Amino acid sequence: MSVFLARRLATLLATLLFTSLVVFLVLEVLPGDPAEVILGTEATAETLAALRAKLGLDRPAAERYVTWVAALATGDFGLSHAYSQRIWPLIAERMAVTLPLAVMAMVLTTVLALLLGVYAAAHHNKPADAAIMAVSQLGISIPSFWFAILLILLFAVELGWFSAGGFPGWSKGFWPALQALVLPAAALALVQAAILARITRSAVLETMREDYVRTARAKGLGRDRVLWRHVLRNALVPVVTIMGLQFGNLLTGTIVIEQVFTLPGLGRLVFQAISNRDLALIENVTVLFAFIVVSINFLVDLLYAAIDPRLKARDV
Amino acid sequence: MSLLEVNALRVRLRGPDGPVEAVRGVSFSLDRGQTMGLVGESGCGKSMTALALLGLLPEGGLLHGSVRFEGRELTQLSDRELCRLRGNRIAMVFQEPMTALNPLHSIGRQIAEPLCLHRGLSSEAARGVAGELLHRVGMPDARARLDAYPHQLSGGQRQRALIAMALACEPDLLIADEPTTALDVTIQAQILELIVDLVHERGMALILISHDLGVIAETVERVAVMYAGRIVEMGPVATVFGRLAHPYSRGLFAAIPRIGGGRSGGGRGRLAAIPGRVPDLAALPTGCAFADRCGHAQPVCRLAEPPPLAVGPEHWAACGRLDAVLASDG
Ligand SMILES: Nc1ncnc2c1ncn2[C@@H]1O[C@H](COP(=O)(O)OP(=O)(O)O)[C@@H](O)[C@H]1O
Ligand SMILES: [Mg+2]
Repeated sequence: MSVFLARRLATLLATLLFTSLVVFLVLEVLPGDPAEVILGTEATAETLAALRAKLGLDRPAAERYVTWVAALATGDFGLSHAYSQRIWPLIAERMAVTLPLAVMAMVLTTVLALLLGVYAAAHHNKPADAAIMAVSQLGISIPSFWFAILLILLFAVELGWFSAGGFPGWSKGFWPALQALVLPAAALALVQAAILARITRSAVLETMREDYVRTARAKGLGRDRVLWRHVLRNALVPVVTIMGLQFGNLLTGTIVIEQVFTLPGLGRLVFQAISNRDLALIENVTVLFAFIVVSINFLVDLLYAAIDPRLKARDV
Repeated sequence: MSLLEVNALRVRLRGPDGPVEAVRGVSFSLDRGQTMGLVGESGCGKSMTALALLGLLPEGGLLHGSVRFEGRELTQLSDRELCRLRGNRIAMVFQEPMTALNPLHSIGRQIAEPLCLHRGLSSEAARGVAGELLHRVGMPDARARLDAYPHQLSGGQRQRALIAMALACEPDLLIADEPTTALDVTIQAQILELIVDLVHERGMALILISHDLGVIAETVERVAVMYAGRIVEMGPVATVFGRLAHPYSRGLFAAIPRIGGGRSGGGRGRLAAIPGRVPDLAALPTGCAFADRCGHAQPVCRLAEPPPLAVGPEHWAACGRLDAVLASDG
């Protein structure tokens, strides 16, 4: 394995460990008594004592942390207090909604942003560019839940093309399930696409000023060929960086969007876990989110190396 | 018919504080196989003249006047028609080999590109030709270097690759814009020699741009001295250097570092022998643009642009005080 990969993997593990430590400190150590966090301040001394015993809170914090992380490392997410069941099946079921939702939103974001961003850059200082920039400015300033409501009103209530919410489950077939995710994915994607389109446009414009673009033109390549062959890939590095960050945003964005569309996803699980003060569930889902985000960043690093030969050379 | 005829070429660029007159009425012609040098301080409009010939001015740049290549008026052609000439009949080598190559494409691919484009070669065939070209421009281990990326090559090697790229379609006219300025002194002579050899070998016409009179003197048949967007003196190299006429050319000549002093640092257009600064092209005074720095200047110089006056056979200079300047030689 290359040094580049090894270094990235080490960063990934360190980030996860750090996240778990912060989560543990904030939720279990700083408040003083996790049992009180779960049951609230009005709980009686007996119920508190009973819960402490049940959760093993009488053990020292360091020991509890190590036990938790060791279990996590083997894929054991423990027990949910509120649901009185194992956490992993709970999460797995919800991930089957949230992950496809986030991926769909990311695909939509990428396609929309690249098309609009490149088109705007290719028509720099022309009306099309100004129009795309104005619309994307609007897209950035409007929150995604507002888009969600707008989309529901238009496509579900007015046109009846999609359902206004709910999820039939994948067992009812691929298409109905996918269809239920279209509007929420679009609501999530619009804001991110607006941001990414602007990044793409400025990256492309910046790259178009490079000397090698002039060289390519001097070779006899037309504007469009230069754009596709020489500019786009060079402009991709900042675009991919932002895409990595946006995937994390999309994941957290699902918490709100799944509420609006009443989707039984991870975001809703978090929402409910917070209302239930289901500490173990909150901790584990948070670490899982962190795991997904750092994995995406790892993927982004791999993409850099695929895009730019200079990065491959640097690690040996 | 000349290969290239440039007439009253003007270039106006969009500067940060309004329009910049980068080229102000440049005329010259070049026959097939002929070589000429364009010399002048940095910022005098040499690059913009070259880019105007190719129709590759920066965004917002306006072009006036006439550029005829084999009798065809290039300024009237569409970009698509110009694309068929660029890299094919007219090729250009740029100043900065470090940034003029696409960092993400292999050298071989970049040299093969014009061959696929203009000659319709398959990528394998183009790759074969690219290997031969790299070998011809003196790239060590040429075939193996086809798969190298620009960052794996030295500056001199990159410039060789760029020359190979420009030569790919055997152009009739090669424009080399300060091809050695960014290179080490030791490499500069090698690259110049390579260009001269290739030009003779293939019978190409050459426009060599430089801020260094010494380079021009050794390399080309004719020289045009540019100042503030105009050609102020032009003629055969031997004649012009035998009798420099324009006070600006004389200043440039006096600024050439002598043998022993070395030409280190590339000169970068710093001229100890000419007092004052290059005028602001966005706000030029009336009359001769050089008047403010000229020891021979009289009030008459500031009234109108001096017309070209004959100095000798095919040798002219645009100086209103030409007689006095030449007489001062005694
Ligand atoms: N992209 C540009 N936009 C506006 N002005 C420019 C641009 N490039 C060059 N100029 C100006 O045009 C003039 C001529 O530049 P150039 O032809 O590059 O000079 P040279 O090649 O002789 O050093 C300079 O004064 C420079 O400041
Ligand atoms: Mg220049």
